Amino acid sequence: MIKKINLTLKIWRQKSNTSPGKFETYLTQGVDIDMSFLEMLDVVNEKLTKEGREPVAFDHDCREGICGTCGAVVNGQPHGPVRGTTLCQLHMRNFKDGETLVIEPWRASGFPINKDLSVDRSSFDRIMASGGFISVKTGQAPEAATTPIPKKAAELAMDAAQCIGCGACVAACPNGSAMLFVGAKVSHLNALPQGQPEKESRVLNMISQMDKEHFGNCSNAYECEAACPKEISVVHIAHMNKDYREVCNPFHQ
Amino acid sequence: MLEPKIPTGALKDKWTNHKFNEKLVNPANRRKYKIIVVGTGLAGASAAASLGEMGYHVESFCFQDSPRRAHSIAAQGGINAAKNYPNDGDDVRRLFYDTIKGGDFRSRESNVYRLAEVSNSIIDQCVAQGVPFAREYSGYLDNRSFGGAQVSRTFYARGQTGQQLLLGAYQALMKEVGRKNVVIHPRTEMLDLVVIDGVARGIIVRNLITGKIESHAADAVVLGTGGYGNVFYLSTNAKGSNVTAAWRAHKKGAFFANPCYTQIHPTCIPVHGDYQSKLTLMSESLRNDGRVWVPKKAKDPRPAHEIPEEERDYFLERKYPAFGNLVPRDIASRNAKEQCDAGRGVGDTGMAVYLDLKDSINSLGVEVIKERYGNLFDMYAKITGTDPYKTPMMIYPAVHYTMGGLWVDYNLMSNLPGLFVIGEANFSDHGANRLGASALMQGLADGYFVLPYTIANYLAQIKPDAKGILSRPEFKQAEGEVSEKIKKLLSIKGKTTVDEFHRKLGGLLWEKCGMARNEAGLKDALRQIPEIREQFWKDVCVLGSGEDFNQALERAGRVADFLEFGELMCLDALERRESCGGHFREEYQTPEGEALRRDDLFSYVAAWEFKGVGEAPVMHKEELKFEEVHLAQRSYK
Repeated sequence: MIKKINLTLKIWRQKSNTSPGKFETYLTQGVDIDMSFLEMLDVVNEKLTKEGREPVAFDHDCREGICGTCGAVVNGQPHGPVRGTTLCQLHMRNFKDGETLVIEPWRASGFPINKDLSVDRSSFDRIMASGGFISVKTGQAPEAATTPIPKKAAELAMDAAQCIGCGACVAACPNGSAMLFVGAKVSHLNALPQGQPEKESRVLNMISQMDKEHFGNCSNAYECEAACPKEISVVHIAHMNKDYREVCNPFHQ
Repeated sequence: MLEPKIPTGALKDKWTNHKFNEKLVNPANRRKYKIIVVGTGLAGASAAASLGEMGYHVESFCFQDSPRRAHSIAAQGGINAAKNYPNDGDDVRRLFYDTIKGGDFRSRESNVYRLAEVSNSIIDQCVAQGVPFAREYSGYLDNRSFGGAQVSRTFYARGQTGQQLLLGAYQALMKEVGRKNVVIHPRTEMLDLVVIDGVARGIIVRNLITGKIESHAADAVVLGTGGYGNVFYLSTNAKGSNVTAAWRAHKKGAFFANPCYTQIHPTCIPVHGDYQSKLTLMSESLRNDGRVWVPKKAKDPRPAHEIPEEERDYFLERKYPAFGNLVPRDIASRNAKEQCDAGRGVGDTGMAVYLDLKDSINSLGVEVIKERYGNLFDMYAKITGTDPYKTPMMIYPAVHYTMGGLWVDYNLMSNLPGLFVIGEANFSDHGANRLGASALMQGLADGYFVLPYTIANYLAQIKPDAKGILSRPEFKQAEGEVSEKIKKLLSIKGKTTVDEFHRKLGGLLWEKCGMARNEAGLKDALRQIPEIREQFWKDVCVLGSGEDFNQALERAGRVADFLEFGELMCLDALERRESCGGHFREEYQTPEGEALRRDDLFSYVAAWEFKGVGEAPVMHKEELKFEEVHLAQRSYK
């Protein structure tokens, strides 16, 4: 079995948000197929540094697929070609010897570029601050077993709550929409009894903030679900739309 | 001798009495006090959110691009609490005792008891926040037994409990951000602590995008900046996790306690190549349904499925019949190392043992196993390219958690007035070894239920003047020192990369100050570390500028601190001439090869005072007094 492959990398280089960017080509030889994609980039960066060239900036942290920091578009696909996988958990055995990989940052008006492959996702934090929570103060909570939650609702909430906030859904969407991200949080909290008191304000405020952050809307392309490393279903967008429609209904009490 | 300020009275009444005796800050005055919280993990986020709700002016800092990224997010297994929902005999006292015993009697009784006491409130709080804990079909919360516990006291959310708890705390934090009680500063790294007249009064930070150096003053500074496991280069910590904030506070006078206590986690995916950038933990909950084994014959070349039952050694079950595969982490790790050192390790490198879930898959069915561990199995398959449903997983120990940290008293305040330290960054609750599912418990206990009380007592005794103090020259001076250091790193323009230095330091520490330590090895490390450090400052290569987003520069600063910290870790390990928990000194073991504590000589916390780089630090002792528990040799047989 071949353990090493050679690749041609075309990586987006951009100094800052205000300067122009372009692709630069790097021939990368002897890539061990057991490496993760980010370890491959580490090796590229070590080589660049040795040559006196500035390394490629890319965001990463936990490298086990849970923190949501990493992400880049590889050959047009956010987080690369393998489904349900973050870039850090994508291993080089998924690529062929001699392949050319085009690597670029998330591209969306809601995510300005910091440098190279790193983008600013603070818009997601602002959306969360607008309503992505249950307003219980420390100390106010009743005994945990007071409210049993049907397993089905708990599981649905958990499915939605798995979102790691990486932004791949936005990068994949032809409209640059954040509706899978927002839908997942609305769906998580609105599915639970604890989330009911703020159900309406939550969906209204989060969608309003999403619009302010220049994210587009959903036109059912489902690219977000395909790109999501946690395979979060578009059904959560439907849940959110249902909650939104109910609040906006003129006959709503 | 250090004064831990433990309240008087019976153990079970200490916290209640203490809360009553503490001074309070009037709700109308709270807004006048400014509190800086560095770090947004479970401890930092829960503290910042809670203090914001109470009405203080809170500023929260993290180096990540969002508070939600903090490394608490990667905790998998669960969180302990003494709820006793399964009716199997748990209570606060038992959780307290298990934690003390698990920590090999090297933690402070009063802190641990308080931790057990507030554990139940954490679960209540998290459920109210909407944390989707696992539930039974009845709709009630599910519990499982976890790493070394004989009761089922662990709450979990699939294999991603840390993520769900952190998102709960993050959401609470963002709620306060939305209400303008808390201001967040993401991508902002703390590079120094400002101490004025012996009191912590602020921090110096670098904006990681613009490179700008800024001063922030406050009436109290809280560090929730995590552990130092990345000193080993390879660990299960996130790449960004570092000791910088804690270390710079240490250099400004905060004592560093028990740095030699590091936890090596038994169930990680083995190392596979030189380019390896980090190690991945597989939750030890897998040990609930998995059996650890190696072939009886050394260097057995056969694949696992060809080795018949009678030729397998289930060494944990054999040596520890009562606890079997669920022995505490330090014991499980050391036993795996022993097997591999004896040549019975498996896999390409021989540095792995099997963790076999076959029996559970056969008895419970694939579906149940999938529900319990699906995401862990997927992760394993992605990383290794093998299917754990078909072949047993291979595991090997890796650095995972650090019990040592900045010294704090009962109020979680360091020896520097005004500097509070919470979560993994402090040393307080886990002694020489942490039990599974207790890190999440401690982080949230400190942030939600301990610090908000104890910090009030401190603030009530000072006048708020965060604005006025900012003009003091100490801020400008600290800013200057930080800028100088950055300039120096950029000016060396050497030939060796930051990662090369980091790897070299990490390899040395893993070898000499890892799972087993001895005097000769530690002395050798203490000789080599200053050499590597000197080389670093002569030959490190950091390209680019200090005025923009420069990740190599960030790493260089952190590695420079690890190069100083590593020395203290080895010195602490050398001075502790006993074995306890995660600190195993080869010279001190029982005839059966178990850790041999020396309670008469080492029943103390070693808190180190910084005296200068390359200078011998001074050790201060806090005697550990055990009033409630009877010191015993840990036995899991």
